Amino acid sequence: MSAAHIFAGIGASHVPAIGAALDLGKASEPYWAPLFAGFAPTREWIAREKPDALILVYNDHASAFSLEVIPTFALGCAAEFAPADEGWGPRKVPVVKGDPALAWHLAEALILDEFDMTIVNKMDVDHGLTVPLSLLFGQVDAWPCTVVPLAVNVIQYPPPTGKRCYALGKAIRRAVASFPEARKIAIVGTGGLSHQLQGPRAGLINRDWDARFLDGLTADPEALSRIPHLDYVREAGSEGIEMVMWLIMRGALEEQVDELYRFYHVPASSTAVGHIVLVNRAGSP
Amino acid sequence: MTDRAFDDIPGTLLFDGKRSRLGYHLNMFCMSLLHADNRAAFKHDEDAYLARFPLLTAEQRAAIRGRRWNEMLQLGGNVYYTAKLAATDGLPVASMSAAMAGLPPEDYVRMMVGGGRSPAWTGR
Repeated sequence: MSAAHIFAGIGASHVPAIGAALDLGKASEPYWAPLFAGFAPTREWIAREKPDALILVYNDHASAFSLEVIPTFALGCAAEFAPADEGWGPRKVPVVKGDPALAWHLAEALILDEFDMTIVNKMDVDHGLTVPLSLLFGQVDAWPCTVVPLAVNVIQYPPPTGKRCYALGKAIRRAVASFPEARKIAIVGTGGLSHQLQGPRAGLINRDWDARFLDGLTADPEALSRIPHLDYVREAGSEGIEMVMWLIMRGALEEQVDELYRFYHVPASSTAVGHIVLVNRAGSP
Repeated sequence: MTDRAFDDIPGTLLFDGKRSRLGYHLNMFCMSLLHADNRAAFKHDEDAYLARFPLLTAEQRAAIRGRRWNEMLQLGGNVYYTAKLAATDGLPVASMSAAMAGLPPEDYVRMMVGGGRSPAWTGR
């Protein structure tokens, strides 16, 4: 095992209302309590595992980027990232500490491996990144590890394909293996699961699709990676297409993984909340 | 917007290049509302603020003024941008979604708590 290694993959939804519920002290209300309880085992697990760094795959919701510039894959290489003002003031959560040495290594290694990343040295981070941190670590004065943000365009059609995301995950695994410093890294795929925020079909939820997707992460991620864009939109809602970001997380793990934990809950606002923890199968390199 | 493979999905608009071109100024108006001083100026005098965006069409301007969320999307808006207008109004995203679904907010919440809209929904 190299000095730097990815030991686990985590999938988690990033619904903004989850952050608002936590920030406004509503987490113990009947609507929200089951959701936060569902993440408690992972909070305990990650507190024991103590990763040095997270690679956090998320999408910016027209906060740092707008229609002026739409990078498909943007890697945050800065020393820190401030919570974004999304229209009601920034979330009062700690500033996110970056990991410039790791992030720059990833950028160089990935580009030379023919994944043409956009390098970002100044970027505020919105709920897409900070809500998963809150779910993993709770309300803290400082986040307990560094974070390399990987922002993926899933708003302007077409987002990258599932196949491309899965391949990028594999390239991230190769890139981490050649990083010379010690890091215990977890990779987090965020967004989804099924949901649609817009139009007369708003509120769509597809439990069967979501269950098949979660099953496939362990059983047959190659098959998941071949799902075409329009199947996500048709079956899992126009915003359900965010799920391609989970395939980056899955690609960065070994071929054989064990599912340590799963949680599924409807609803948080308009969204089916999915959560999974995957670890490389014992004995895999 | 007639010949693409996603046009038949009921009650759903995909934000592709054509819509993005159509809605650029509408969405960038919404983007401007990320700044507190712009939100204040817009609330003070909506028409005067909208005049700062001379390339908005009359239809887009009217849809914004009327908070006609579905129409904004038909005119090239994207939901993550129009959500900033909703936030300026103090409206939760779910209430904007409810309006687009043609439901009172409490009925929408009830539908979601009941498991959400069925994927078999066809728009009747």
